[in-house]
Parts: sequence; C-alpha cells; structure tokens
Amino acid sequence: MAAKRTSRRQFLKTAAAGAALLPLPAIAQGAGGRVVVVGGGFGGASCARFIKRIDPRITVTLVEANPTFIACPFSNGVIAGLRDLKAQEFGYDKLAADPVVLQLSPGTAIDPQGRTVTLGNGTRLPYDRLVLSPGIDIRWDGLPGYTEAAAERMPHAWKAGEQTLLLRRQLEAMEDGGTVVMSAPANPFRCPPGPYERASLIAYYLKTKKPKSKLIILDAKDAFSKQRLFQNAWKALYPNLEWVSLSSGGKVTSVDVAAMTLVTDFGRHKADVANVIPPQKAARIAELAGVADRTGWCPIDPATFESKLQPNVHVVGDASIAGAMPKSAFSANAQAKVCAAAVAKLLAGGSPDEPKLINTCYSLVAPDYGISIVGVYRPADGQIKEVEGSTGVSALDAPSSTRALEATFANDWFKTITNEVFG
Amino acid sequence: MNATRVVTAVALVFTLTGHASAAGPADAPHGALSCSGCHPADRTAQTTVPRLIGRNPADIVAAMQAFKSGQTPATVMDRIAKGFSDDEVKAIAAWYGAQKD
Repeated sequence: MAAKRTSRRQFLKTAAAGAALLPLPAIAQGAGGRVVVVGGGFGGASCARFIKRIDPRITVTLVEANPTFIACPFSNGVIAGLRDLKAQEFGYDKLAADPVVLQLSPGTAIDPQGRTVTLGNGTRLPYDRLVLSPGIDIRWDGLPGYTEAAAERMPHAWKAGEQTLLLRRQLEAMEDGGTVVMSAPANPFRCPPGPYERASLIAYYLKTKKPKSKLIILDAKDAFSKQRLFQNAWKALYPNLEWVSLSSGGKVTSVDVAAMTLVTDFGRHKADVANVIPPQKAARIAELAGVADRTGWCPIDPATFESKLQPNVHVVGDASIAGAMPKSAFSANAQAKVCAAAVAKLLAGGSPDEPKLINTCYSLVAPDYGISIVGVYRPADGQIKEVEGSTGVSALDAPSSTRALEATFANDWFKTITNEVFG
Repeated sequence: MNATRVVTAVALVFTLTGHASAAGPADAPHGALSCSGCHPADRTAQTTVPRLIGRNPADIVAAMQAFKSGQTPATVMDRIAKGFSDDEVKAIAAWYGAQKD
C-alpha cells in the first residue's frame, strides 16, 4: 500500500515536470477523495461498490438506515404466497469487505455548501462527492383519506417489508367470493409494470385458492407498461380480473378507510381487501439536499447523474428524473455503475464519457409465464433517450414455451443482480 | 517526440485515475457495465444466462450480430443488440474477453 502511494507520487512529479496535458486531480487532500452514498438499495449499494472497484483510493461510505435490505422486485410473489419474504432480504456484510465503510443510521441533514451529511446517530460525514439513491416516499398528501394510519388497513406494499406481509395476510384471511380492489397511480412512479404484475399474481392466487373472488384495478391512466401482453394474458388466464381505465372512471380521488371503500368520480368501490398504490416522490433526503424540483423528483445530468440543482451531488435510481429510463432496479443498478465511473473520473480531474445504459424489466403474469420490456439508452439533448429500435416488449404471439423461458430468465435476473449488488 | 510525450501522458492519466488493469471496470466501454445485471460475473452462479467474462470476443460479436439480424431467436437480446453499433459491440466483446476471474 505504502509502496503504491510512493510510486503514484513519483508519477505525479514526473507528470508535473513533463506533461502540461495532464489534468490535475481535483482533490488535494487524502488519497483519492471521499464519497458518501446515501441509500443502500440497488442503486446506492451498486454505486458504492463500483466506485471502490474503479478506484480503490477513494474512501466510500454507505449510509443506510436499515441493516437488512428488502428487495421490491419479486415481492409481488410474496404477496401471492409464491415465495417467502426471506428470499427478498439482503445484508451489507460483503460490501464491508470491499471495503465500503458502512454507517447504519439514517441521513438526516445535508449541507451542500459545506459538503457534509449528518446522520441520525450524530455523525457528520464530510464528502467531496455525494451520491443519493434514496428511493421513493409515499406522497401522504397525494390522495385524500390515504394517511399512514390508512395504510395499515389498506396497504400500499410499494416498499417491501411489513406492508408486503400485511397485504398477503389480508388476502389469506379473505373469504372466497370476496372482492380485492387495487388502485394504480398516474405516472411517474416506481416500477411502471409493477401494479399489473401484482394484479396478475393476486389473480393467480385467487384463481387457485379462492376462485369465486374477483379483482378490480382502478387506474389513473389509460395506458400502461406491457399493456397488451398483460391484457392478452388476463383474458386467457384470469376472467375475474377487471381493469378500469382513467377514461372509464378508474381514477381514485379519495379513500374512505372506515368503509373500506375507494372513491372515484363515477362511484364507490367497496373492498374486502384494498391495495392502494399511491402517488410517490423522491425520498425526503432528496428534498433536504435541495436536489428535488417542484415535481418531487430530481433532475440530473444524463451523462454523470450529477444534480442539476446542487453541484457535487449525484442522484441515481427511482428518485432521479432519468428521461426514458423507467424507475426499476435494473435501471438503478445500470445508472449506479455509470455514476460510479463518472464520480471516479471527476475526482481524478478527468472528464466523464458519454455513457450507454440498458434496462431490462421482467414481469410474471403467472409463476411460469414471464414477459419483458427492454431498452438501450444514451444521453441526447440533455436527457436520457432511447436508442432507436432498441426498445420493445416480448412478442405478442409467443408460444407458452417462450413465456416459461422468460419466467426462468426473470428468476435468473433476480439472482444475478442481487449477487452483484450484495453478494 | 511529441507522440512519445502524449503516450506517456495517456499512460500517466490511466495510472492516476486508477486505470491500472486493462480490463477493470474503469476501462469498461459504453454499455458494458449494464450487461452484468443479467450475465453473471460470478463463476459459481447457477443461471441459464451465459457468463461473458473470459469468452472469445469473436464469439460474442457473432452472437450479437445473429441476435441483431434475427438469425438467432431471442427473448430480449434481439432488442438489446439493436441498441449497439458494430464498433460498440466489438469494444464490449474485447473488454469482456480480456477480463479474468
């Protein structure tokens, strides 16, 4: 380690003497600079790891409130009784070995001028660059009647954990012949195909366990991700599933928790089990850092993911406004790696490359029936845009063997990505 | 003389920015780091999706061309292949080929 540092110093000397072309490192003190990453999900944990891999001299600290991460992808399978919540849980031990410094305490304040993050445990961490990957918060003021207390009766289950189990228990406790009502929000929100995968797997549960029951999805949209694929599958598999679009009166305008009722402009829907997927925004720490705009989300530079509102602060994952890229775990992981490369380059005084990113999102319509949407993206005109011809969904007329193969690939993806991020 | 100096400077920049290894994540060409979302880096991974690390670059290039043209049936790779130019595919293939476990 010491020998390495000496040789680097020699290089610096030689460089200073010989080549004026050389960009000087932006960071004078410390070896490679200090990066703090807030949020230990698919975006934050990936970013912390890759910064360290790209330039081991950088000191990387990961700030996360919970010692165990509970993954949202595949949590719809937990709701439908197809898998255990344990299969969604991951720890940070392997990151500590990288070594990423772990601070298991919530970030409570950020001073972008002084470049410090304050934690719930009182620690103040200085940074040269900060990466925020905080995920989402529910807009508790976004749907009249839907409060934190209401979510105990009508779970959102849009952050995996106790809410996921609550919705599962409610479905298990429901009598056969009951009505499940879901509501899906307007764009943008975490995991665009998520409500429809969830509806599919709840319908699968009802079909196999409670066949006299029905499921209604009240939607604040007229169109959604993988729509024709989902609708074709529902027609074939789930006759008791009804989707009510925005223009058919599907937008939920309030909820009446005491009456277990979801209210639209066109009527009231009484539920035995209600799953309200409410409007969302970037998690609170983004607001505290001053990187969220009036939309509640965080505008970023499409090449570096640096905030357009605060210098030296980068935002990846669901909280960012990533143009054509959906708010998915795959996107967050891909963005995190691009951001890690950019942060390392910037700290070393270089200029980051124009990146290219991929997203792949699988949804399960049934345990052996998978569908996908993919896209390749690049910065263009100050935004992240699709590369023409790269975007699309699974073939509409594929045979069941292809659907089964995509279900296998979906499971493989979950194993691979969680291993890359946490393994 | 000038050329030598530029080469030296480039080598120095690489060292300073941590580009010590020829196939590290710091040298990943455009898009390459996204692949490992599905294609496992871990040798012990039990998945049906093939690893890319250490593969013959020519095989990766040929596979991508066949996905792009539709010659090889695919679930997602036909669409992903269309998002990359031939040069980008070559660079990604060379980078994965040069990586060691």
